Amino acid sequence: MDFNDTPEEAAFRAEVKTWLDQNAKPFEGGGDESSSLDEAARLKLAKKWQKIKAEAGYAAITWPEEYGGMGGTPIQSVVYNQEEAKFDVPRGFFAIGLGMCIPTMMAFAAKEQLERYVAPALQGEEIWCQLFSEPSAGSDVAGLKTRCVQDGDDWVINGQKVWTSGAQYSDYGILVARSDPKARKHKGLTFFFLDMKSPGVEVRPIKQISGASNFNEVYFTDVRIPDAQRLGEIGDGWKVALTTLMHERLAIGGGSGGVDIREIMELANSIDLEDGPAIDNAAVREKIADWYVRSKGLTYTRYRTLTALSKGQTPGPESSIGKVVGAPKLQELSSFGMEMEDMGGILMDRADAPLDAAMQESFLWAPGIRIAGGTDEILRNIISERVLGLPGDIRVDKDGPFDELPTGS
Amino acid sequence: MNFDFSDDQKFLKDQANKFLTEQCPTTVPRGVLEGDAAFDEKLWNGIKEQGWLGVTIPEEFGGLGLGYLELCVIAEELGRALAPVPFSSTVYLAAEAIMIAGTDEQKQKYLSKIASGEAIGTFALAEGAKVPSPRSLEAKYEGGKLTGTKIPVPDGDVADFAVVAAVTNSAGEPSSVALSIVDLKGKGVKREAVKTIDPTRSHATITFDGAEAEQLGEVDAGWTITRQVFDRAAVLFAFEQVGGADHCLEIAKEYATGRFAFGRQIGSFQAIKHKLADMYIKNQLARSNAYYGAWALSTDAPELAIAAAGARISATEAYDYASKEMIQTHGGIGFTWEMDCHLFLRRSKLLSLCLGGARGWKDRLISALERRNAA
Repeated sequence: MDFNDTPEEAAFRAEVKTWLDQNAKPFEGGGDESSSLDEAARLKLAKKWQKIKAEAGYAAITWPEEYGGMGGTPIQSVVYNQEEAKFDVPRGFFAIGLGMCIPTMMAFAAKEQLERYVAPALQGEEIWCQLFSEPSAGSDVAGLKTRCVQDGDDWVINGQKVWTSGAQYSDYGILVARSDPKARKHKGLTFFFLDMKSPGVEVRPIKQISGASNFNEVYFTDVRIPDAQRLGEIGDGWKVALTTLMHERLAIGGGSGGVDIREIMELANSIDLEDGPAIDNAAVREKIADWYVRSKGLTYTRYRTLTALSKGQTPGPESSIGKVVGAPKLQELSSFGMEMEDMGGILMDRADAPLDAAMQESFLWAPGIRIAGGTDEILRNIISERVLGLPGDIRVDKDGPFDELPTGS
Repeated sequence: MNFDFSDDQKFLKDQANKFLTEQCPTTVPRGVLEGDAAFDEKLWNGIKEQGWLGVTIPEEFGGLGLGYLELCVIAEELGRALAPVPFSSTVYLAAEAIMIAGTDEQKQKYLSKIASGEAIGTFALAEGAKVPSPRSLEAKYEGGKLTGTKIPVPDGDVADFAVVAAVTNSAGEPSSVALSIVDLKGKGVKREAVKTIDPTRSHATITFDGAEAEQLGEVDAGWTITRQVFDRAAVLFAFEQVGGADHCLEIAKEYATGRFAFGRQIGSFQAIKHKLADMYIKNQLARSNAYYGAWALSTDAPELAIAAAGARISATEAYDYASKEMIQTHGGIGFTWEMDCHLFLRRSKLLSLCLGGARGWKDRLISALERRNAA
């Protein structure tokens, strides 16, 4: 048992390090340089960096070489990400496209389409988004109602999508829509990719409870998509969507962001309660200890996953617990941090609240993390059914025409 | 990254699992629960033959001289099987104390007997319903003699010798505590089995009245050694707890799949599914924390204090949840004497308190983190 690289991993890490040293700037304390810029400026930087990465082969380490990847292993991808995290480079804009959309394209699109779309996505020239969730189809995404109707060589789309990250700067999107409302729920869906600049596509930012906007609503009014941009057979859209969702789970399995043990320890060390420093208070110590073993439990679970990857094995199902543990922890921990700040805990301005209001910001962010990419409840269903093998729920929506299912409206 | 047991260690675990599945079905701990024996002698003899008692004892003292990772995988299987034998008190506590603080002569004398199975050892710290500390201990060690009462002492009724923590003065300082080894069959020792929450593991009250006691370690280092022993034992007990918790989940899962109510398997209700998913989540967190403890123990890492506390807190939470929610999943039948659920509930509580409860370990974890951050 050790935490060391294999000789192959060490060699790859050295190679990555050298390349990063030559091409990027290490963090010099504080946040990343681009965090003070506006979105357009960050996007520009991100595109530039993505191109540099792609040309060196690091943008898609596990992809086959024919698609511009490195043909590398998952553990090499992990090693690269660990090293890149030490450098001040822009991140995030391409994760959905390269992590979910393009892999779905690879599984279902025609060869000429891949030749057209894969390289620009990898080079950061074109950005992709995913259009699945709807106001009435969240956890139950197969309940979506956005209609697609065939008209000559085109399909005509009408409806609304929601929680679409990055739609405002995306060039293309993947979309699942209902082609046959008379068919059974999971049988009446068809899958497409489309140009986000098509006439009739309208993107509106969603204002979250924090006031910030990280997601969008996307409205479709008579949007035309050529049939050639259909992925999979007519009525087989659910099968295609499952391919995408499988990739989503791989992508979201990591940390939840926001405050954790380091921040709560720092706060407890700097704040006085009735009887002295908060860190000396028994209730505070007990709570931090509980969060510590959860936080570290996730870290060490990740080590187990990495070990399996390092040995070329498929990681065990324990890798599925990350978000369902991390998100509620973030919510509890940030809430308790504010409680330690006592009457001052409501202060939201970075100048007034300790740790630049990190507790308050996480408090308003955590509710979303418990929902995004699978709610706590859906994740427990997945663990109990797919890991433990418990029977599925009794379903009342699997048979009969979709448009006759009760909707409550 | 190689954060896993080796193939050889996994093989040993499989062997241990096979042996215990055969030799220690739940009828064995139940036999001890319902009978008069302090432990299951047949199983104990089998364990001796397997050589598990000497796994970490160096070869020069008659052991196998393997590492702690080997002991961890055995511990997990013993915990899973609810093995009713004096293994933990002998191996995790007595042997560890002597390996940490014993002279060569003491090692020769005691470790070889532990490894061969000739002697059962234990560690006597608690003095009733209070937190044992340099301030609260009353048992006295003076001029090679021991006076006072220890209760509960694990396997104290059957052990051949005990490592005993006692004070040398009333200053209440850590340096006031000394460890000594006492022959429990000698003069000035009276002992009697006591009733506990988990009768599958026997405990005793032991009264020392000027009993001959052989000093173990420096006379003022007793408390430091005790904490070292407990940190190491915390990792090993965490594996027992993880083994027990996983067993609870398996039994609960099987019941939830086979039991029908309201015309369907109860395991198809989300109220039950989510409960079992939570068991799985807690068990995996506990396993991962225990692995880190195993790494720290096997490499004698400076992180051991943090790793041991983390492993213990996480494993205690997991076993506590799994053992009680397993009963809840069973409903009324789970509350009956005939079902095995209570064997796990009892063992879970015993293991959660045997090295001191989670409250104290959480406090020590934060202290250890503060020390590390200050360094």
